[in-house]
Amino acid sequence: MTEEIIIAGFGGQGVLSMGQILCYGGVIEDKEVTFMPSYGPEMRGGTANCIAIVSDEKISSPILTKFDTVIALNQPSLDKFEHTLKPGGLLIYEASTIINPPKRTDIDILPIEASNEAAKMKNIKIMNMIVLGAVLKKKPIISLESAILALQKVLPERYHHLIPLNKEAIEKGMELAEKASVTA
Amino acid sequence: MKKEFRLMKGNEALAEAAIRAGCDAYFGYPITPQSEVLEYLSGEAAKRTGMVVLQAESEIASINMVYGAAGTGKRVMTSSSSPGMSLMQEGISYIACGELPCLLVNVQRGGPGLGTIQPGQADYLQAVKGGGHGDYKVITLAPSTVQEMVDFVGEGFELAYKYRNPVLILTDGALGQMMEKVLLPELRPRKTEFEPWGSTGKTPDRERNVIYTLSLQPDVMEQWNQRLQAKYRIIEENETRCELIDCEDADYILVAYGLVARICQKAAHIARDKGIKVGVFRPITVYPYPYAELNKIADKVKGFMTVEMNAGQMLEDVRLAVNGKKPIEFYGRQGGMIPSPEDIFHKLEEKIIGELV
Repeated sequence: MTEEIIIAGFGGQGVLSMGQILCYGGVIEDKEVTFMPSYGPEMRGGTANCIAIVSDEKISSPILTKFDTVIALNQPSLDKFEHTLKPGGLLIYEASTIINPPKRTDIDILPIEASNEAAKMKNIKIMNMIVLGAVLKKKPIISLESAILALQKVLPERYHHLIPLNKEAIEKGMELAEKASVTA
Repeated sequence: MKKEFRLMKGNEALAEAAIRAGCDAYFGYPITPQSEVLEYLSGEAAKRTGMVVLQAESEIASINMVYGAAGTGKRVMTSSSSPGMSLMQEGISYIACGELPCLLVNVQRGGPGLGTIQPGQADYLQAVKGGGHGDYKVITLAPSTVQEMVDFVGEGFELAYKYRNPVLILTDGALGQMMEKVLLPELRPRKTEFEPWGSTGKTPDRERNVIYTLSLQPDVMEQWNQRLQAKYRIIEENETRCELIDCEDADYILVAYGLVARICQKAAHIARDKGIKVGVFRPITVYPYPYAELNKIADKVKGFMTVEMNAGQMLEDVRLAVNGKKPIEFYGRQGGMIPSPEDIFHKLEEKIIGELV
């Protein structure tokens, strides 16, 4: 199995930490991983994106143009990366802020109102973890346990008291994804 | 004991490997995309091993500090990115002439001039054909994974001492910035023993060790050059390394080093899915270059395409290696652009396969 993912959004939405958690989770599960951030001018106060690859095999190119999963946290990211999804791939987007939904019909689309849910949970910063939960429900790239262990590695120690809240957010995302697939 | 893998950024992994290789001193100056090396070492190294970490006032100062410290026989290094590396070339020529060991790292970005902060490979010729003045060579290792960014630090220091010669890790901004799974080596103690040639102060039992790079007598300077050249021939004989990926049955070969070699592997997979047998030839040492290995492959295949993030620099070495046996095409991106696997496959189809069927 090889899962090639692109995560995109505004700087500060937690795009890079989502990718790092997926990759660290992969390391914990003895998989091969590559995390490729954008480090150019766009990162310095604009859109940010990263490629995360988790695989059972040795990974070749960290540079990709087609993905198994696209995670879009804002409208420009959805517009930019919708067409990069492979047919049959999974597109998850943050539905509270994206007004123009995706148009493709050959892909699996899951809108998640992550910002609204995060606001209900009284911490807007866990929006990315709600989305991550939804991804992991649809595609168990790494287990929930590995994601929690990865949080301990990725988050600086001064934020470790927030791990239970992050876990709750991941579980919330999983719940939302499950509901969506039942209604769909 | 279970080995612990960590997820690390290329530059930070390289810095951690330097601490663990028992590096005695790092002298550097910040430049994107390699600043994390200095940043990481500033935070950790001195506390852990007592290693000296110094931010010099410029790259020129850094390399001359390396020159001085290497002269004492200590394990020393510096790192920079393309424009900074250009500033260091004079010092590297002196270090090579003085036959001193040291580790250099170039996390390449697109050029020329200040260029861009995005990755590039356009310092290839500077690295392997000289860079500074005079006839000298720098052993040059080209990692393609974060794990190799780690491994080549230890191996680089070994080679530097084995041949008393500077060793360069030639990498790029993407490898410096990306994160991968790494297995770190055990911490090796810092170097405490003195080298017999080291300039560490005269003791009563021996003559003074003087390191210099000047001789006003041409016959002496020629002998000196001949000694260096003899050493380079030994290095070429013994230290050439390359990786052949799916080359056994291949009709076409992509030749690339570093990051681009990995993108080429994906391009080769795309080709094989379409029934076209493509292999990848990856030089691991770009000086000494694996000419003989590449020449051997030329007997069995229909053609080559060299892929680089420059306008065709390693292409010159590929031509020397293949020596007219088979057609060679080139595909390159510049200015910080990275070729995609699909781009490479399409160029291969258009330039080589299309021509030959």
